[in-house]
Amino acid sequence: MLKTRVIGTVLVKNNIAVQSIGFNQYLPIGIPEIAINYLDRWGVDEIIVLHLDGRENKLPPTVEQVKSYAAQCQVPLTVGGGITDVSHIKQIIRSGADKVVINSSLIIHPEIIPEGKELFGQQSIVVSIDAKRQNNNTFIAYTHSGRTSTNLTAHSLAKRAVELGAGEIFINSIDQDGSKKGFDLELIRSVVKDIDVPIIACGGAGHPKDIQMAMHCGAAAVAIGNMFHFTEHSVTTVKQYLKSLSEPIRLDSSFQYQDFSFDIHGRPAKLNDNVLDSLRFQYIKEEEI
Amino acid sequence: MNQLVILDYGMGNIQSILNAFKRLGVTCIASADPTVISKADGIILPGVGAFHSAMNNLHSLGFYDVLNEQVLHHKKPFLGICLGMQLIAEDSVESQFTKGLGWIAAHVTKIETHHKYPVPHVGWNEVNYNNNSLLFNGINEGGHFFFDHSYHVECDPNLVVAVCDYGKPIVAGIQKDNIFAVQFHPEKSQRNGAKLLRNFLNFVKVYR
Repeated sequence: MLKTRVIGTVLVKNNIAVQSIGFNQYLPIGIPEIAINYLDRWGVDEIIVLHLDGRENKLPPTVEQVKSYAAQCQVPLTVGGGITDVSHIKQIIRSGADKVVINSSLIIHPEIIPEGKELFGQQSIVVSIDAKRQNNNTFIAYTHSGRTSTNLTAHSLAKRAVELGAGEIFINSIDQDGSKKGFDLELIRSVVKDIDVPIIACGGAGHPKDIQMAMHCGAAAVAIGNMFHFTEHSVTTVKQYLKSLSEPIRLDSSFQYQDFSFDIHGRPAKLNDNVLDSLRFQYIKEEEI
Repeated sequence: MNQLVILDYGMGNIQSILNAFKRLGVTCIASADPTVISKADGIILPGVGAFHSAMNNLHSLGFYDVLNEQVLHHKKPFLGICLGMQLIAEDSVESQFTKGLGWIAAHVTKIETHHKYPVPHVGWNEVNYNNNSLLFNGINEGGHFFFDHSYHVECDPNLVVAVCDYGKPIVAGIQKDNIFAVQFHPEKSQRNGAKLLRNFLNFVKVYR
């Protein structure tokens, strides 16, 4: 059975990994490679690295940057930000990424989608759409880091992206970004209908339960940024929480949280004393491959 | 020292396979030179992208004959990954009918689209394999591997060593003598993938 993917998102601004809030505030985290390494070790299913300044100065991540991200990553790596030409796609994939994210270019240079598809296959092209809720409760897509309106609904743009050859749609809520208030479920539902490629939901996760709700709205994957940073084993514990709710989740990291219960914030609670006592005498040998 | 060579024929992500072997402490080389391939002890055919452009590249770079000679005639250990597995089939209908290497009785067809099972088939799927499969030695039954493909191989069931379920069974692994192939990406499948690559390395080491 195919598992729902829990994707870690690393946003990079001026060579520093950041948390993003509402598309306009950024908090520094640290070196992107270290953030990637942690996500990988904690058993994330996929990693998406987005260069925010790439969108501003129209320069994609360099060969050296992608190579050094890929060296930390034993899971699929998707890279985006500032891709405006098929040569950028080529350069990024040759440096060690598996997929690229196309955002503003969907409007300005749509031809790079079929060109990229022809070269690397449909599965390597992810189109991301940033959507903002309107007063009439429709969702309009924006480009250029949420500043320019396309006057098109997120759903119609997603349809166009699939027709052009996108293999996945990454749908981001500008309103929920960094809010920790949960995904915009109506947005996910509005995009999912009659789209036959996987949908990745992004923006607003603050509790593992939020992920479950997005999954139930039809998202094939969820992308999580802020919530995974600054907490040890954040990926593993979130996945354990979902698995204990019987969601289809891959959990095969070498360390386990299966004996833990969770508090109301979705964090692992203290183990009971009997378990801790038995752990004192347990020797766990590191597996060599 | 056994020399492992990754075919660099302009299709996809060579770097991540080099990285995966580096983590296992093995140096292998990526090469676009057919004479280097002919000296290899083990050959890896990776691949991301479209079938017909991959076959075009194999022909134009002079790989087609050297592969046939080394793998079929000299029986060198071979591992095909993703598109590399599809290329050993007789033909594919991806974008246009194209003849493959034709090492196994198999055809490549599109996965049927269904709303519950969107195509491409992308993500971590459970793989069930034959117990005596050398490639999956030491990997838990139902272990997860990363898949990312829109086309799949339909082949002689006797060659299939691993399958996964995506609405219907999808061939995940094939073995025929010295020829191994997997539809998923071991280089992107964390520990299970590392174990599989180690198993292939062990096969290369004792072979000859």
